[in-house]
Amino acid sequence: MDGKTLIKLRQVKKAYRTGSVEFEALKGVNLMIPAGEYLSIVGPSGSGKSTLMNVIGCLDVPTSGEYRFEGQLVNTLSSNQLADIRNRKVGFVFQAFNLLPYATAFENVEVPLLFARVGAKKRRARVAEMLARVGLADKATNKPTEMSGGEMQRTAIARALANDPDIILADEPTGNLDSKSGEAIVRIFDELNAQGKTVVIITHDKNIAGHTSRMVQLKDGIIETNGDLTGRRLAD
Amino acid sequence: MHLATVINVFIRDFRKQKKRITLTLIALAWGTISIMLLLGFGEGLHQQLTINRNGMGEGIAILWGGQTSIPYKGLGKGRPIMLHKEDPAYLKERVPKIHRIGGEYHRWHVKVIYQDVVLSEHITGITPEWEQMRSHIPQMGGRMINHLDVDQKRRVVFLGYDLKNRLFGDEDAVGKLITINATPFTVVGVMIDKMQMSSYSGSDEDMAAIPNTTFKMIFGDPWLDNIVYQPYDVADMEEVKDGVREAMAAKYKFDPEDERALGTWDYASGTREFNNMLMGIKIFLGIIGGLTLFIAGVGVANIMYVSIRERTREIGIKMAVGARKSYILVQFLMEAIIITFGGGLFGMSMSYVLTEGFKRVPIESDVLDFMGRPTISWEIGLIVITILGAMGLLSGFFPALRASSVSPSESLRYE
Repeated sequence: MDGKTLIKLRQVKKAYRTGSVEFEALKGVNLMIPAGEYLSIVGPSGSGKSTLMNVIGCLDVPTSGEYRFEGQLVNTLSSNQLADIRNRKVGFVFQAFNLLPYATAFENVEVPLLFARVGAKKRRARVAEMLARVGLADKATNKPTEMSGGEMQRTAIARALANDPDIILADEPTGNLDSKSGEAIVRIFDELNAQGKTVVIITHDKNIAGHTSRMVQLKDGIIETNGDLTGRRLAD
Repeated sequence: MHLATVINVFIRDFRKQKKRITLTLIALAWGTISIMLLLGFGEGLHQQLTINRNGMGEGIAILWGGQTSIPYKGLGKGRPIMLHKEDPAYLKERVPKIHRIGGEYHRWHVKVIYQDVVLSEHITGITPEWEQMRSHIPQMGGRMINHLDVDQKRRVVFLGYDLKNRLFGDEDAVGKLITINATPFTVVGVMIDKMQMSSYSGSDEDMAAIPNTTFKMIFGDPWLDNIVYQPYDVADMEEVKDGVREAMAAKYKFDPEDERALGTWDYASGTREFNNMLMGIKIFLGIIGGLTLFIAGVGVANIMYVSIRERTREIGIKMAVGARKSYILVQFLMEAIIITFGGGLFGMSMSYVLTEGFKRVPIESDVLDFMGRPTISWEIGLIVITILGAMGLLSGFFPALRASSVSPSESLRYE
């Protein structure tokens, strides 16, 4: 770990409005993620885990509070600037994979590179490299319907890595997988972190959380416990 | 905006979503074809009706006798006014804007015989002017009644198309002798198979026409049944009608204002009725066309709507991996435009091919005589494509606009 702060949330709140009912999913979250950290966010369903991930990944903006990504205040960024952060600095891995159903593994991995306007030759090389990295070099022309859950999730990881992001955000990445494929996926995250990538995994599986070096526990939209898994308390 | 990026993504996705795009294209093409054919046949019908209508004659007026209803110069009302055989010549002299004029006799249920065929038919006494005024056009190999026939009171007959068939079948009629009212007549011509939408005394197809002088000699009618006249210029019709009425009023001493002394029908008043009928047909077709258009539009909207869920997720995914809002919008816009133009052009060309094909089908049929041949209107095609395209755009583009305007997390959750 180089200790440089990548993510910093201060009193972040996020409220959703459904009709006239307002629901506060995050009720003032303080969180710092140094670059290179391997972090898990756990908590029961409805505790605000996914909302927190959406905020960290710039898929959503906080209702109030301060969010800084690499020191930059995210709250005030335009939608295009947010899109660029998601494109180049964040890699998402979703529980539901979220692959384009009509596109092959190759084409799915290619999408972020297209939006980053990487040249065709470099793009193809990069996609091939990423697919090889997740062990899918021979599945490049398969569509999601022709792949197993584990393969789809590995495709999603390859896509998340395509633009060499600063942080990988994984929301229940093994939720739709059997335990064997799930373990394989978690091992990929272990490797990525070992190579220096910041990885945040949202999960309710304590085994997966056990792979990470720090666990943040959310409950009812606030951080309940926050500590490294060797028992060493970390300051916010 | 990096157009190259958008086009790149667009082409890639477009190729990948063939099924949906094909369905939308078909819906658009189908809507275009149905409406263009419907209105094309409507236009064909319109043109054919106009041709058929002119079968009776263009720009003519018809005069018949009446009864005075206003006392005039010491003469009481209720006096019958009859048309005399000298009246056409008199009117032509008094009203110089009359181009052609002639007197006509009618007699129904006259025995007409050719060999063993005995019919009871409608005989008219006419003049050579009927050829132009009333479209009494002879077929090849025959002629209409001419001035010598009239002057010399010849016993010649000009047969309507149907009557000829009933008398002679497929046999050639010209030069043959038939008897009308026990008097032998030579057939000099047969009328072409014309379409006639209106008449004042029965269809010309079923008549046997003889010179009006011959008619008077044989049947001895004291009065003409009708006088038919045609001005040089249809625009002068009202003036000529007034002139005729005044001339006749002067000759027969009735009030020129007396509407019932003489009956008149003219092409212009017929035109109004005809146009009203055509307008009715057009409104009818317009309503059907509108409904068809609506159904096609619903088809397009439905396909777009069904794919909203899938496409909203697609938008969410793309935005999550870094697509800007403008990329999404331009892509959907291009897609809508290409589908609209593609489907529209395909529909228009298919309509063209179908109508051209229909025109080339060599069928002779009475139904076709009434229906006419379909005629494509490109303006209508453009209107149809615009409307369907707008519906496609509204139902495809606006969900995309909404999906790209909310946060990507919301689009990803969309169910």
